[in-house]
This record gives sequence, structure tokens and C-alpha cells, in this order.
Amino acid sequence: MTPLLEASGLVRSFGTRRAVDGVSFSVAAGEALALFGPNGAGKTTLLRLLAGLLKPAGGSARIGGDALPAVPARARVGLISHRTMLYDALTARENVRFAAQLHGIGDVDAATQRALEALRVADRADVPVRALSRGLQQRVAIARAIVHQPDVLLADEPYTGLDEQGSAALTGLLLERRAAGAALVVVTHQLSEGLAVASQAAVMRAGRFLRHESTADLDLTRYAAEYRELFS
Amino acid sequence: MSRATPPGMLASALIVARKDLAIEFRTRSAFLSAMVLSLLSLVIFYFAWDPTAVAAVDVAPGILWVTFTFSGLLGLHRSFGVEAQERAMDALLVAPISRESIFIGKALANLVFVLGVQLVALPAVSLFYNLPFSAIIGPLAMVMLLAAIGLTCVGTLFAGITSNTRMAELLLPVLALPFFVPIVLPAAQVTAKLLAGRPFDESLGWIRILLAFDLVFVYACTLAFPFTLED
Repeated sequence: MTPLLEASGLVRSFGTRRAVDGVSFSVAAGEALALFGPNGAGKTTLLRLLAGLLKPAGGSARIGGDALPAVPARARVGLISHRTMLYDALTARENVRFAAQLHGIGDVDAATQRALEALRVADRADVPVRALSRGLQQRVAIARAIVHQPDVLLADEPYTGLDEQGSAALTGLLLERRAAGAALVVVTHQLSEGLAVASQAAVMRAGRFLRHESTADLDLTRYAAEYRELFS
Repeated sequence: MSRATPPGMLASALIVARKDLAIEFRTRSAFLSAMVLSLLSLVIFYFAWDPTAVAAVDVAPGILWVTFTFSGLLGLHRSFGVEAQERAMDALLVAPISRESIFIGKALANLVFVLGVQLVALPAVSLFYNLPFSAIIGPLAMVMLLAAIGLTCVGTLFAGITSNTRMAELLLPVLALPFFVPIVLPAAQVTAKLLAGRPFDESLGWIRILLAFDLVFVYACTLAFPFTLED
């Protein structure tokens, strides 16, 4: 399959420390990569490189053939961060609507409502974000990221703050995006949640992929044991 | 799948400006602070002024522009503060809009803010110093608008530069104020001439200088802004 998201030899340093050190991988349409690793492994930096928020010191990232951070590539990206990236004085609806407008969506109101409903937060849509709990804010943040139905969804710890219902809604949504042909990269510390949506799994340490494989024949219990062993 | 056409530069700038103004309208934090600072400055200047030594028309232009400049700074700082809170700037940068349109949007919102401050502070100056601004309101409004454009462009650029620093509140005035001088100087000069009842033609030279700096600042700041976002 032609890769929708392609990272080739990505390098990024902060001072003398290499946060991402020559990472290469590709994710085709309808595939998802779950990225695991301890704190400081370089997962968030890698995601920020893939979103075009950081400039690589080496290598490149492309989305559908377009190099990041060019506008055509960014138009196809949705980003969920561990910070909500919301404006707390605006309502949930206004935040999602703002994102929809920036992407030039035709029927902004309908798209906004759809995204809020998908995350089961439509009933609190007209409440200012600062009045919502952390979990509900996270749902709004996810609605903001998917309102334009991105071809590539980058999610950094997307389950942060979500309750059981929210987590289920998010897993359903990620699987739905995959089925619709989107390419996903999900950074998480929760192996079960990551592997539930992934077709590939990678473990990162010191800016490099320690292992990277298909999840087709992966046994969760064995994988979890091996993962623990890697960092013991 | 994502096949929408992203908005053009002006359209996306207007979207960003509307969002910033909606936040300010909702919180009113910066505007109220600017109002309090304006009125407080005017009261202090008023009590420090000896009307038997200096005529109101001589002292008012300086007071007017010092008040506008420092009150405006409060709003400029806020414009990037809202982006820093939950790293909302990241979402703006991932969106398919140009960095220049983010700058123009923020500068437009700041322009509305500064004009709003001027709109409230001007009658207060008129009241304190018993000055007949109504007779010169047309040309004065033009000068205020031209000066506001220059101040917001420079201020927005430096607010962007300082927003990720630990001492943003301190750095913004330190960096921006020297660049405000070429804007505030002609504006104060024109105001002084208008208040003194001099013909408008006498101020044209200063207005040309103001206009020239506006053009330079609008152009240079728009081009420079994307570089302030480099990681």
C-alpha cells in the first residue's frame, strides 16, 4: 500500500541531546501505529515533527507525498496533544467551530455538531471550556482535532483524563477513522489501549525505535512482559 | 476525509481576529485593565499639572499619547497569552493557514482593542483638561487610527516574540517602546498642532512620516512574524 504518512530518517536535537535519532517508518491509509516508550523517549518530539510543529535537523516527513510543514500537508493532519489546545473563555462549540473554520469546512455548524456528538459532549457544547472537567475538556479537544475528518490523526496520550465512557468513545472513534482510510499514530503508555487500535506497534527509547512490528500476530500478554523487560 | 479548501490569507486572518475579540469580549480582562490604567494615568498627570505654569493645549498631547501607548501594551501582551495557556498556538500552527495570516488576525484584533482604549480615553482627557476635541475630531481620529496601526503591528510582533519567554510582561515594553517612538512622535506633534488651532496643512509632513512608518511596520512585521515562530 502507498504510505499516507512517511517519516524518513527524522532527527531532532535539543542542545546536545538527540530527542529523535534517525526514525523512519510509514503508515498507510487505514493503518495505525501505536507508539510506546518511557518518559523522555522522544515520542512527543516525534509527533511534533510529524505535525510540522518542529523542524527536523535531518530527514523529512511527508503526508500524501506533500512535505511538512507545507499547507497541503497540514490540511490533512489532526493533532491531539496532552495539552487541550483549547481557549477556556470560549465554549466547547466555539472552540470546535473555530477549528472547522480554519480548515475551510463548508457546513461549519453541522461539522461541529457531528464532532461534538461523536465524542458525546454535545450536551455541554455551549458551556465555556473552563467550566468543564478535565475529561470533558479532553473530549472537546479530540472533537476539535477530528472536526475536519483528517487523513492523518496524530494523538499524544489521547486517553488522558478520560473516563470509561470517554475512553470507549475515543477507541471507537479511532477505529472508525481507521476504517474510513485515515492513518493514525497513537502515543500512549497504555499497551492495551494502543494495541486495540493499532496495526503496527513500536517501542521508542533515546529517540530510536527499539522494536517495530505488525500487531497481527502480537500477543498482548507476551508483548507486555517483553516491554516491561526492556525497561526493567 | 479532509478535502475542504482552507481559507485564504485575509479570510483566515479575520477568523483569528474574531476569535481573539470574542475571547476579550467574554473576559474583558485586558480592556478593563487598560481602562483603569488610562484613567489612573490621567488622574496622576492632572494632579501633577500646574495650569498656571503650562497651558492645557501644551501638556495634553504628550499625556494623551503616553496614556494610549501604555494602555495599549496591556492588550498586546494578552493577545499571545491566550495562545500560551493550553498551547492553543500549536493548534493554530497545525491548521492550514499561513503564519502571516495569524499575525494579521492578531494585529487586527489588537487594533480594535487599541482603538477601543482610545475611544474611552479621549473623552476623559477632554474632560480633565477642558479641551475642545470636538472641533478637531476628524483629523485627530485619522491620526489616532494611523498611530494605532503602527503601534499594533510592532506590538503584535514583539508580543509574539516575548510570549514564550519567562519575563514576557517585562520584555514586551522594553523591546517594543523604542519602536513606538517613530509612531508616537509624529502623532503627538500633529495632535499638538491641531489643538493649537494650526491649519491641518501644517501637519501634513508629520502625517506623511506616520504613514511611511505604518507602511514599513505593516510590511516588515508581517514578513518577520513567521520567523518568531521557528522552534
